[in-house]
Amino acid sequence: MAVLVENHATLADAQRALGSDGTYLGGGTLVMREVNAGTVQGRILRTGDPALRQIRASYDSVEIGAGVTMAMILAERDLAHLHPVARAVGGPQVRNMATVGGNLFAAHPYGDFTTALLALGARIVTAAGAQRPIEDFLRDRERAGLVAAVQVPRPREARAFGFLKVSRIKPKGVSVMSIAAHLPRDGGRLRGVRIAFGAMGPTPLRAQAAERVLEGATLDASTIARAAAAAVEGLDPPTDALASAWYRREVAGVHLRRLLERML
Amino acid sequence: MALKPVTFTLNGEAKAAFTEDGQNLLDFLRRGVGDLSPKYGCGQGACGACTVLVDGEPHLSCLVLAETVQGRRVETTAGLGQARLHPLQEAFMERFAAQCGYCTPGMLMSAKALLDRNPRPSREDVIEAIAGNLCRCTGYEPIIAAILDVAEGRIRA
Repeated sequence: MAVLVENHATLADAQRALGSDGTYLGGGTLVMREVNAGTVQGRILRTGDPALRQIRASYDSVEIGAGVTMAMILAERDLAHLHPVARAVGGPQVRNMATVGGNLFAAHPYGDFTTALLALGARIVTAAGAQRPIEDFLRDRERAGLVAAVQVPRPREARAFGFLKVSRIKPKGVSVMSIAAHLPRDGGRLRGVRIAFGAMGPTPLRAQAAERVLEGATLDASTIARAAAAAVEGLDPPTDALASAWYRREVAGVHLRRLLERML
Repeated sequence: MALKPVTFTLNGEAKAAFTEDGQNLLDFLRRGVGDLSPKYGCGQGACGACTVLVDGEPHLSCLVLAETVQGRRVETTAGLGQARLHPLQEAFMERFAAQCGYCTPGMLMSAKALLDRNPRPSREDVIEAIAGNLCRCTGYEPIIAAILDVAEGRIRA
């Protein structure tokens, strides 16, 4: 079967035309390699809708269009806290192409940016204008339809957000795992803790046991040790060419500890 | 198969050619336009041999849908050395930075994008700039040295 590319004026038009047989093409880093391999065929839909490439910052949150690339994130001073995350995605060429929207759909071991969005408690804005928490979206993303933008709360202080990517090859390597932590402080105590792991399950997942340890506590060596001990509870790490599930379980706590120590 | 006309600029020259539906930019440049300088390595975006510049920024041409370069500026290694070699090409020869040479066109384009944006990069900047380009025989050291030779003015055009 051949490929048929449809160009639509807006994302809403593309959503209406998508149907059950269409594949949406964003930055190309995920879909084009499947087109090249022949594993995606039939209707490919795309749009040059300029709304998708906008970044709108307000006082406490930023709305990032689904078509914004990692390179565009890196060029945006308002998104400094997300720079280490965007820099961890691919090499320079990939960062010029890969989009925030595409990363939301990236299968294991990709999706480091989504891991950060999960820790920050982002909300997904769909093509129809509906908003839903990223957790809900990740649970059924295959059926979620097209994404217009993500609404990302802005951490109140720089040290409240941390990100770490573990890879065997540097500076460009696929994740053994990635970890993002959002630790807002309220009078010295942690309130609203969110910790997300990438490459430790079929989608980025929250480490809820570790979050429970940290919530309401003061960040110190003993809290960090207890959070690290609880790191893998509820996670579902896979075995792949990069690491076994056993190895991922063994080292997850160590890496969480290192990240939290950086955020003291 | 439907053919679509694409007009764009290739190495400063206006071009018009037909692309097949779903054709990637690499295949379009090589078979449709006849520029054989970008190389086909993996077709998955892993190796960087197909790197070209689109509007000055490095892209993996095997992952770019060809029709999306309509109206845009594409640069390949074929446009680097005109009457004489580009300083990066001189430096790659000087430093023996190409052995089998398959990764070289991609390396050169990544290096050019770096130097266009940042004429005095550090060694770390150079390593970061070529992080998306795999070399499996020369080794990265001569490549890094060649790029730094140009950046630090040891090789001039």
